[in-house]
Amino acid sequence: MADFDTPDISVPIEIPTLDRGAMHHSSPFPAAPDHQEALGFPGELVDDWQSKAINKLGELLGKSRALQVYMDSCVKCGACTDKCHYFLGSSDPKNMPVARQDLLRKVYRRYFTFAGKHFPWLVGAEDLTREVLDDWYTYFHQCSQCRRCSVYCPYGIDTAEVSMAAREIMDHIGKGQKYCNEIIGKVHKIGNNLGLPEAALIDTLEGLEEDIEEETGVKVRLPVNEKGADILLVTPSADFFAEPHVDGLIGYAKVFHQAGVSWTVSSYASEAANFAMFIGSYEQMQKIAERIRKAAEDLGVKRIIFGECGHAWRVAYNFMNTLAGPFDFLDSNYPVPQHICEFTNDLIEKGELTLDKSKNDHMTLTFHDSCNVSRGSRMGDKPGGQFTIPRAIIKACCNNFHDMAADAINENTFCCGGGGGLLTDDLLELRTKGAAPRMQALKEVVDEHGVTHMAAICAICKSQFSKVMPKYGFDMDNVVSVHQLVSNAIVLDGQTANENAAVE
Amino acid sequence: MAYECNGATVEADEEGYIIDISAWNPELAVLIAESENIEMGDDAWEVVNFLRSYYEEYQIAPAVRVLTKAIKKKLGADKGNSKYLYELFPYGPAKQACKIAGLPKPTGCI
Repeated sequence: MADFDTPDISVPIEIPTLDRGAMHHSSPFPAAPDHQEALGFPGELVDDWQSKAINKLGELLGKSRALQVYMDSCVKCGACTDKCHYFLGSSDPKNMPVARQDLLRKVYRRYFTFAGKHFPWLVGAEDLTREVLDDWYTYFHQCSQCRRCSVYCPYGIDTAEVSMAAREIMDHIGKGQKYCNEIIGKVHKIGNNLGLPEAALIDTLEGLEEDIEEETGVKVRLPVNEKGADILLVTPSADFFAEPHVDGLIGYAKVFHQAGVSWTVSSYASEAANFAMFIGSYEQMQKIAERIRKAAEDLGVKRIIFGECGHAWRVAYNFMNTLAGPFDFLDSNYPVPQHICEFTNDLIEKGELTLDKSKNDHMTLTFHDSCNVSRGSRMGDKPGGQFTIPRAIIKACCNNFHDMAADAINENTFCCGGGGGLLTDDLLELRTKGAAPRMQALKEVVDEHGVTHMAAICAICKSQFSKVMPKYGFDMDNVVSVHQLVSNAIVLDGQTANENAAVE
Repeated sequence: MAYECNGATVEADEEGYIIDISAWNPELAVLIAESENIEMGDDAWEVVNFLRSYYEEYQIAPAVRVLTKAIKKKLGADKGNSKYLYELFPYGPAKQACKIAGLPKPTGCI
């Protein structure tokens, strides 16, 4: 990979001077034929790709009224232009949301509108050439589908939907992305994004049980495939594998233990993340969601709880019922599905957890709202619960908390820079530049309020920050899981006094 | 891409992970490590050897905690932690050490 400069965050990020083509070189590795074919897509670019792509666009316009409206309704007001973290970090004007949409919109106009068919030069309509297709591949893989731009668009045009449609079209003509498609294939084959087989999952969780007992003196279980358990925990497989994710998983286990509920993970549905959303494929999204339903039925659980994973929660909260429902076999006294933060916060509100905040006194926290939770879902039974509940948990576990600037949190949150199927090493330059606005907002609270750590509730965010924060002068372990803070603070019944060394 | 090792050509993917994991040998590991600017000292070999034996049993690289615990047992508490593993493999013990060990790249939200 070519060397690149990390953006300077010592001064506030303003609208950058345009640098045309600055990110034209940044494209992810293409999917290999076997990655494509495993999902039912053509192995490589088909001969009649142009007509196939146009037909697919027509099909999507027919299926999605929203896409049709997004193609028609942009008035070029410019409100979105400086809202994309990739534009702010890279200065490439094609990363302005309107310009990204126009890559598809100009083709739509050429083939689906009267003016575009007859007077293309008047309405910015263009033929779908190889050059345009290559631009699609490049720049629709520079959108993390975070939907920040749509918050500011007066028409509510959702660039995420446009980029999902473009990726769906490209998959159908044999131009897929390796990172997403290889991973989706692994979920179908093994049950999770990592390709972590059942025996390895069991071995890993047994190791965690030993660690917790060593730390607290309490036997806390992390069961796999336990039939008759009340709760099925569906969590990103990164929680089993990576740091700081695993510290969050330990937190969930301690909370379940202290609540006295029976729970299990499933090796068949050992993945919360649903990468099919990133590629806009309803069929693939449904296949992945159905694994969760099957696991819940086979294990006979009464409830499904999702771990800390941003877009998993969007898919679960919004689409799970239509994808794989009805879930009438679950206990209707509880939300279907429920978020681990809702579960923990309920216990906190009822006073059922003993939390020793001083165990997190070595840290001053801030909270990074993950895009898909903030702008694509909700938690609890009140508007804005997805913002207040995670913060309520942090504040119940920590004495020191300070929010970042208002234009960088809640529904205005900045993407971590690695969402939407872009968390891959071949896009590291894009990821680094796209993280600049978040890093800037973090630096402000670090400098002014002594913040030392940023908590998150998304596996992608956590991995992305661990990777790019050192480039901005922070440590990789300055990002923590929200349930890691719970894990540090929670006092388990029978816990050996003063033995729980806090995990930083 | 490909590596030339002992007169043989070993095919690798775009990122340098070898395609046929049975084509791995210690000389190739040193060669891959060189291309990553990693010097294969004894501790680095401990990690690579553990990854290979774990993979043989479980068909996946070990989780970071599993790896740090194993290294702690072998090399002591001061080395059985992520910080030390990142010193050995600055691009991450999971990804970079797997590449040198001739194993597939772990994928997902990691």
